[in-house]
Amino acid sequence: MSLTYEDVIAKYEPVLGLEVHVELNTHSKMFCGCATVFGAEPNTQTCPVCLGMPGALPVVNEKAIESSILIGLALHCSVTPFSRFSRKNYFYPDMPKNFQISQYDEPICVNGYVDVEIETDEGPKQFRVEIERVHMEEDTGKSLHVGGATGRIHGADYSLLDFNRAGIPLVEIVTKIVPGTGKYAPEVAKAYVAELRDILRSLGVSDVRMEQGSLRCDANVSLRLIGAETLGTRSETKNVNSLRSVERAVRGEMIRHAELLNKGARVVQETRHFQEDTGLTRSGRSKEQAEDYRYFPEPDLVPVEPDAEWIEKLRASLPEQPTLRRKRLQEEWSVPDKEMAAMINADALDIVEATVKLGADPTRARGWWLGEISRLANEKDVAIADLAISPADVAEIVSLVSKGELTDQLARQVVEGAISGEGKPAQVMESRGLKVVSDESSLMAAIENAIAAQPETAEKVRNGHIPAAGALIGAVMKETKGQADAARVRELLLAHLGQ
Amino acid sequence: MIRLSAHEMASALEAGETTSEKLTQEHLDRISSVDADVHAFLYVDTEGALAQARGVDAARKNGEKVGPLAGVPLALKDVMVQKGVPTTAGSKILEGWRPPYDATVVKKLKDAGIVILGKTNMDEFAMGSSTENSAYGPTHNPWDLSRIPGGSGGGSSASLAAFEAPLAIGTDTGGSIRQPAAVTGTVGVKPTYGGVSRYGLIAFSSSLDQAGPCARTVLDAALLHEVIAGHDTHDATSIDAPVPQVVKAARDGNVKGMKIGVVKELNGDGYQAGVRSRFEESLELLAKAGAEIVEVSCPNFEYALAAYYLIAPSECSSNLARFDAMRYGIRVGDENGASAESVMNLTREVGFGREVKRRIILGTYALSSGYYDAYYGSAQKVRTLIMNDFTKAFETADVLVSPTCPTTAFKIGEKANDPLAMYLNDIATIPVNMAGIGGMSVPCGLAPEDGLPVGFQIMAPAMQDQRMYSVGAALEASLLTEWGAPLLSRIPALGGAK
Repeated sequence: MSLTYEDVIAKYEPVLGLEVHVELNTHSKMFCGCATVFGAEPNTQTCPVCLGMPGALPVVNEKAIESSILIGLALHCSVTPFSRFSRKNYFYPDMPKNFQISQYDEPICVNGYVDVEIETDEGPKQFRVEIERVHMEEDTGKSLHVGGATGRIHGADYSLLDFNRAGIPLVEIVTKIVPGTGKYAPEVAKAYVAELRDILRSLGVSDVRMEQGSLRCDANVSLRLIGAETLGTRSETKNVNSLRSVERAVRGEMIRHAELLNKGARVVQETRHFQEDTGLTRSGRSKEQAEDYRYFPEPDLVPVEPDAEWIEKLRASLPEQPTLRRKRLQEEWSVPDKEMAAMINADALDIVEATVKLGADPTRARGWWLGEISRLANEKDVAIADLAISPADVAEIVSLVSKGELTDQLARQVVEGAISGEGKPAQVMESRGLKVVSDESSLMAAIENAIAAQPETAEKVRNGHIPAAGALIGAVMKETKGQADAARVRELLLAHLGQ
Repeated sequence: MIRLSAHEMASALEAGETTSEKLTQEHLDRISSVDADVHAFLYVDTEGALAQARGVDAARKNGEKVGPLAGVPLALKDVMVQKGVPTTAGSKILEGWRPPYDATVVKKLKDAGIVILGKTNMDEFAMGSSTENSAYGPTHNPWDLSRIPGGSGGGSSASLAAFEAPLAIGTDTGGSIRQPAAVTGTVGVKPTYGGVSRYGLIAFSSSLDQAGPCARTVLDAALLHEVIAGHDTHDATSIDAPVPQVVKAARDGNVKGMKIGVVKELNGDGYQAGVRSRFEESLELLAKAGAEIVEVSCPNFEYALAAYYLIAPSECSSNLARFDAMRYGIRVGDENGASAESVMNLTREVGFGREVKRRIILGTYALSSGYYDAYYGSAQKVRTLIMNDFTKAFETADVLVSPTCPTTAFKIGEKANDPLAMYLNDIATIPVNMAGIGGMSVPCGLAPEDGLPVGFQIMAPAMQDQRMYSVGAALEASLLTEWGAPLLSRIPALGGAK
């Protein structure tokens, strides 16, 4: 009974709309001087302004304006010469003033685009996602609803409020509707958010950590019959906290909408919450009776009127676009398409580049980060960047291997040791006693021992059955605790046995 | 001592004839003896004031340089937050709240060594023209205790007229400094919008609110003006420019060659006869002092009151949303697992008075989707028209003048159930706020029919506040010559004052 994705796309065309909220990484909040450190003790980063105390007034953080302009420019938007803040009025316990200061009908940047490339059945294909607006606003506080079944305010026994987040500068990036993606809608949505994240990271304006909420995506999805002109009713899915979830949420909503439409039921225009465990969405508040936010221009602030000279200065300071950078690095490092995609997917580009900059061979650097290190990161369920091993460590290991001071196998132990917090590669080698045994006389002694222990195997090798040498080499490696260079052992062994 | 001007008190302190502690104690004693009748104060900070006074005395004794008003006491309108001192804005919803910070104005007062005696009564959240909307009972006009002292800053003006304080801070959104000054025979100044920081002023209508000085003489107001004015990085709407030289203007009081424009629309029908006659006499005195009197027309002032009652309630509906029982103030109904929403509703139901609720509802409606353009949008257009009227009038005249209010002080209770009649009292003061310019009220005599004070309003272009002081001081000097003594020397003695 449940529809397959193929059933959905055979009949319907999805239309996307994506709203991304980005927490800027300014040192102070949007309208006051409070610190913005993530994870601080609740209510320690607050003041009369961000607590909405009577009499307190907001003052715009100029750095936040600068970041917003940079974002707009990087997304090919025009920066408006005059923009304003408005008040969005609604009551909620974690919103100190019971209005949010937000740009409304006069945003700081408008009309841009982001090009994303995804893998299709016909090979790589580019889609253009048009940006309607980039605007600034302040974040709300955080509520923790305790008790009750749902973890939501209704039915909770009590709620705790943390205002550390209240007033953190947010930039909201809103796309125009994105039609024409067809069956690739989920991939385009994911690629768009990924691309946006890369752009924002390259600008250095945000930590862009989806899992910490510094980048949050609301995915609007609607369906219409293929060939239809009018848009279907959309749902807005929130709580989408990873790139993978973006894709799953869009796909899930497409199926849910199609099931409703096929039954002749109506899609309700509402906010839905994505659930990571099931990949499904749950109904939030209905927007059918659109809430009236009674927007009006914020009288406590003056309009934002950035001068043209400043904008041009910021434009000139824009970093290399992530897509161009990727193309450049792929060429410089001669990476095949598939491996490049894997590296981007693993979010390893920055770290590999940093390692290469420290002198490591690109292929080897990539090999370590995507191989052993990624495996260990997966085991620990953390990002490679969060492991206790740095690009400098990896560059050093690569260099030691190329100098023959470590074998690949020993190097793996060094990596493991470094990640376990045993220190820098040299310290790990020292404390674990890891070093290639290059003293040939001790190698020869081990070889003699191996031959003495397995005379029949040695005889086979003497008679030209080379593959049998493996068992003898294994014995030597075992005796030298893996610290010998296996290739050298093989050479010595074969020579000794007259091969 | 308490009947001297602030300037005279400062001179006595400087000359070592008295100490700030003694001066402060005299005022505290006066408050103890008369405030049961006047009810100008919501909170008297006896300990804090005396401690501050001793600090100034010590500084003076040590030869430290102190400001021109150092050691002089002042009454602070309860809409200004003062760290650790109960601040209610005349509302029950803030009962018991002690602010964790000082308003910029308060900080400047403290830095200048001005002694803050306590917090004065006001209409709740500055909404009203009589202080009858205070949750803590009305203030009585020292000229006649059965009458209102004006509003919203009736406590501040009454404290001056009752000699409980020589200086006071008021705030003026539609006339809340000037109208109380007019009906109590005191001086009140609304500076140019942005001239004095609003940081720490509990907002009623952000685009109209402006704090200013209240005093018994024009020079005292000017001295206080220079203390509290100036750019503040905590207020984005604060003007980053030098403070107009108001003290100099007040000392000179020179109007020779000045063109004074009488606003045709702010006189005539609806203005009490005695108000008009005193106003006319004042014009003659100014002409004698060398000013040229001309008539100007501001045709769009007719719409000012209506537009004001859309803009101010709209902004207040949003500004007052923060009073939700979550972080400060009273909390009602937080029992038996009541929801946050229910606690918010009950707290606001109990915590706000009728006039505040009326304006919140009015403003919420005016900002609603579908009505915004017709109400808030149109009101903003009227505001532009009023500004244009002023701009045009100031091409002809250096300052504009009118009676401050259409009538003298009315009886307590007289208009309490007729909000429209109450609103009309601000008809002459509101255009100034709508345009963001400066306005001043100086006493110009008593209306013959009721023996109550009449106010003379002076309006100057933005950032030309000194012009009001020139005219105000000239008028004050001429009237003093006429009368032989200040107007307040004629105020009836209060019960406890012998």
